[in-house]
Amino acid sequence: MPSGFRPQRDPDALRRAGWALAALLVLWPILRVAEFNPADLFDARNLEVMGGFLGQFFPPNLSIDFLALALKATMETLAMATAGTALAMLLAAPLGLMLSHSLSISRIGPGPGRGAGRASRALVRGVLLVLRGIPELVWALLMVRAFGLGPAAGVIAIALTYGGMLGKVYSEILESGDTRPARELLESGSGRLMAFFYGLLPGAGQELASYTIYRWECAVRASVVMGFVGAGGLGQLMDQSMKMLNGGEVSTMLAIFLLLVLLADAFSVFLRKLLA
Amino acid sequence: MSFTLDRVGLIHPGGNAPEQRALRAVSIDAARGERLAIIGPSGAGKTSLLRILASAIRPTEGRVSVLGQNPWQLTGSQLKRLRSRIGFVRQSPPLPPRQRAITAVIAGRLGEWPWWKSALSLIYPVDIAGPRDELARLDLADRLFDRCDRLSGGQLQRVGVARVLYQRPDLLLADEPISALDPALADLTVSELHSEAESRGATLVASLHAVDVALRRFPRVIGLKAGEVIFDLPPAKVSDAVLSDLYASETVMLPPREPRPSDLPADGCVPADLPGGGRPDGAVPPRAI
Repeated sequence: MPSGFRPQRDPDALRRAGWALAALLVLWPILRVAEFNPADLFDARNLEVMGGFLGQFFPPNLSIDFLALALKATMETLAMATAGTALAMLLAAPLGLMLSHSLSISRIGPGPGRGAGRASRALVRGVLLVLRGIPELVWALLMVRAFGLGPAAGVIAIALTYGGMLGKVYSEILESGDTRPARELLESGSGRLMAFFYGLLPGAGQELASYTIYRWECAVRASVVMGFVGAGGLGQLMDQSMKMLNGGEVSTMLAIFLLLVLLADAFSVFLRKLLA
Repeated sequence: MSFTLDRVGLIHPGGNAPEQRALRAVSIDAARGERLAIIGPSGAGKTSLLRILASAIRPTEGRVSVLGQNPWQLTGSQLKRLRSRIGFVRQSPPLPPRQRAITAVIAGRLGEWPWWKSALSLIYPVDIAGPRDELARLDLADRLFDRCDRLSGGQLQRVGVARVLYQRPDLLLADEPISALDPALADLTVSELHSEAESRGATLVASLHAVDVALRRFPRVIGLKAGEVIFDLPPAKVSDAVLSDLYASETVMLPPREPRPSDLPADGCVPADLPGGGRPDGAVPPRAI
């Protein structure tokens, strides 16, 4: 055996170690910029302040009057998140299908219309970028000026930002699975939409559904944040409670959030089982 | 003329690897209703040739005419219509595991049907008798409503064939359509492909590893090696010398084609890529199968 040949050593090990070291070197200044200092968390004075803040949360306010108010706000939040996510899906589905390479007819061969296909994909990519690049809070502030205070502004804000996120991820999901069934259908003259339904959806449906539900869960949280800027729902109620230093009400609403997330999770598990 | 290939060459762009020449100056004409078998060792370019006929890849050089049209001079919608008239049976048909056999077969007509008919079939199949009849021809009628992930490799291959039969194409291409089938089913499948082509005057081109099937069932056999056509003959003229020339390379010898159950795989193909299968006595094997 030649002297330089040592099969017992992984030839990639040095390169991997190098990358790991480089990642650490990059991460450290980033943490400095973000003013991340874990010691602050355990500083005695800070602990006292935080403790005081958390202390207000107990006991939770469980009076019938407040629970009725919270229930109405919860319904508003759920409606806002659901309507927003549904609109986002309507926006994202066509854009995601247009963006996905696996449904491109002109790439087969390549055939005619390749330039047009490329241009339209670039356009869609740009639209999705703008939609999700602007935070939903900013959309909400804009829409509150158009629709006035209330959930309608939140619905539109969620639809726009989440439409951008869903569209991007939809197209990536459609490219990452087995794309050959759709390709075969396109090669035998099928249209894009039917190639999606017959070739891609059976394989990708589960993942598309569970990502959409996860986004709905995020939309529930986002709608709370948007409530703080006047878009109604639990957020608006929480804003009022916090301003009046009413910790008991805040903790009741936090418990409701946890319940909602649990609900979303259970629904996602159920749907995945259904589609399996 | 069903198709014409005129000095067609294909070079696969290599990316990082050196580019590979898959086909070199291939010229083949086929009249409407002709039935051709393409044989040759693995990597000879059989699949590339079929994919060029299917208008799925554009040749690097040469001229192609399929069903009277040059696919690469058509507009998008004309090309789509041309492709819907070409059926392509894949060696291992890419069928979504969660799809039912009936849906997979119905998908054969997506290119022909208006979108609403295809969309409706997702909810309730517009045509049940049609797909069932095509599956019945291949002895699969009882699996009509089974999901593809419950089918074996050989059954999936036949669902792929049934889809193309249901498509009713004018040009029927098949890339090793019987590689996963036992001899009896292979024979049935080849018969059905022939009778389909015959009854509708369609042209059939099949690449096969099973040389015996090619010689027995096809009136015209083309030998492809290293991307070049080395013969284009009626089966009676395909001699053993021609065959060993086609399959033998410097390092690999053609094994005897005398049927010996112990070294014949289930699908009955000639194991051309097994090294050193020659008989000790060096006799030329009879073409018995």
